[in-house]
Amino acid sequence: MIEIKDLHKSYKIGKNSLHVLKGINFSVEEGELVSIMGSSGSGKSTLLNILGMLDEADLGTYHLDGVEIKNLTEKIAANYRNKFLGFIFQSFNLINYKSALDNVALPLYYQNINRKERMERAMSYLEKVGLADWAKHLPNELSGGQKQRVAIARALASQPKVILADELTGALDSTTSYEIMHLIQEINDEGKTILVVTHEKDIAQMTKRIVNLKDGVIIDDRKIEQVKALANV
Amino acid sequence: MFSLERWLEVFEAISKNKLRTFLTGFSVATGILILVLLLGIGEGMKNGVEEQFQRDAANQISVYTGVTGVEYKGLNPGRRIQFKNNDYDLLVENFGDELEYKSSVYRIWTGLTSYKDKSGSYRLEGVLPNYQFLERAGMIKGRFINEEDQTNSTKNVVIGKKVRDELFEDKDPLGKLIEIRDINFKVVGVFQDPGGDREESKVFMAISTMQKVFGAGQDIRNLSFTLPQEESFDVALEKSNQLINRLEAMLKSKHTVSPLDNSAINISNSIENSKRFYDLTANIKLFFWLIGLASLLAGIIGVSNIMLIIVKERTKEIGIRKALGAEPMSIVGMVLHESIFVTAVSGFMGLIVGLVLLEFVGPMINTEFISNPEVSFNIAISTVIVLVIAGALAGFFPAWRGAKIKPINALREE
Repeated sequence: MIEIKDLHKSYKIGKNSLHVLKGINFSVEEGELVSIMGSSGSGKSTLLNILGMLDEADLGTYHLDGVEIKNLTEKIAANYRNKFLGFIFQSFNLINYKSALDNVALPLYYQNINRKERMERAMSYLEKVGLADWAKHLPNELSGGQKQRVAIARALASQPKVILADELTGALDSTTSYEIMHLIQEINDEGKTILVVTHEKDIAQMTKRIVNLKDGVIIDDRKIEQVKALANV
Repeated sequence: MFSLERWLEVFEAISKNKLRTFLTGFSVATGILILVLLLGIGEGMKNGVEEQFQRDAANQISVYTGVTGVEYKGLNPGRRIQFKNNDYDLLVENFGDELEYKSSVYRIWTGLTSYKDKSGSYRLEGVLPNYQFLERAGMIKGRFINEEDQTNSTKNVVIGKKVRDELFEDKDPLGKLIEIRDINFKVVGVFQDPGGDREESKVFMAISTMQKVFGAGQDIRNLSFTLPQEESFDVALEKSNQLINRLEAMLKSKHTVSPLDNSAINISNSIENSKRFYDLTANIKLFFWLIGLASLLAGIIGVSNIMLIIVKERTKEIGIRKALGAEPMSIVGMVLHESIFVTAVSGFMGLIVGLVLLEFVGPMINTEFISNPEVSFNIAISTVIVLVIAGALAGFFPAWRGAKIKPINALREE
């Protein structure tokens, strides 16, 4: 599903160049649930941004579902993001003046799906994350866990190939975190490919594979025995 | 671009962000309102000043005769030229359409006038009804000489305020008989004149009456007329010079006067006096144009500022939308769609309030220098359109920049 070869990325800070990713080789099969771990500065967020086409690599190749991702114009990147990817952020990033339902329906707006179908599909995803009763509420009327559930429903709504989650439990207490991870596991069990960036070991343990990043290179990449989140709730 | 989906999206953003919408709309509306009012008051001031100085605008021209100065066609110099009624007819026939007010005048410099035991010596003038406007005589009582007086050569007179004060003191002169050079005349009106005592110690009667009663036959002392107000002083000057040249040539040929003679036919033109008036109105116009432009500029800057702030405020939203697959142009389109809609609607609301104020409150304002403030609807509409376009342009660049920000940076924005 994801195929990365010899990926390099450096940032210019003033006159100095900061080499963040120093040759990453990495692939993800369909249906995997992978966590990318590393301390801050290890390059894990940069890697996720490149995977999410929010940022572009300097060197190396990136294939997503067989399509080579390179020389992206803004327009093509937008289309690919819409078609291939679902994002989940630490700070939820819901649009605060839109109801939960409208937030979930937003990616579908950019797929030019008509309003009625948008709402129906958004509602079914809200049901899936258990928030059907909260459809008309604004984000600031929801708890952190509920907001993240709305964000997950939104990430699912466009039926992406891959879901990218950046510290998705970073702003949540541990009980809520496990509930969210339980939902992620369920979605993964249905066959969705999910990448989670985290620095929390217990969260990483709930995925099926841990990739450890340090100073811009992968130092460890292994499959693990998945811990079911439900057991910890 | 104008799909229903987009409209729904825009309406949602507008209705869910009431404060932002209100503040944007309010500042645009007040900007337009103030602009419209300023333009209106400017126009009102121009009207007011025009009314105040209207009499100075009048370009009065008098033609009177003298003695020939050069020999012409065998006629010796020193010959006195005398206008007759047919000279006035000639004027009307040839130039009537170009003139505003016109009159022939016969004048007797001193006329002993008495009422009962009081008497005085006043200037007597035989005139046509139009002369009231040439002299700008304002009627205090009664009426001026009218057509009937002229046609029937009635013995009616209009006396100046000073004449009334001296002969009648505070008694009502209307309908009373006064004696002028031993002939009885009936007083039908009293006038005042901005020229003061000198102008108010006159007695007017119809010129036909005067010619008959005082044995002047067909004689006329001078022709007086005004030209209508023109767009600018230069136009007025050109028109009056042209008319004078034609009239002079015509009168000279009629009276067999050499074209080179400059003493037989004299034409005095007061147009130089009206230059001040033309300059004044031109300056007022310019002044309010500048004020209008300045306030339009201020409005544009204000709208641009609001647009910048709106886009800044929406940076994070833009980042989210981009992460979800919004193309840059759709972001720009969305921001502009909303801002143009809000500025246009509120701009027209401000315009309507301004026009309503001018329409209903305007006529109540009638101080000395402001009269009937009004604004041309076309100008008002154009200012709104200019503001909306300026707002759109001003919103476009920040929106474009916002759409160009990498979503990852926009999302970091708190």
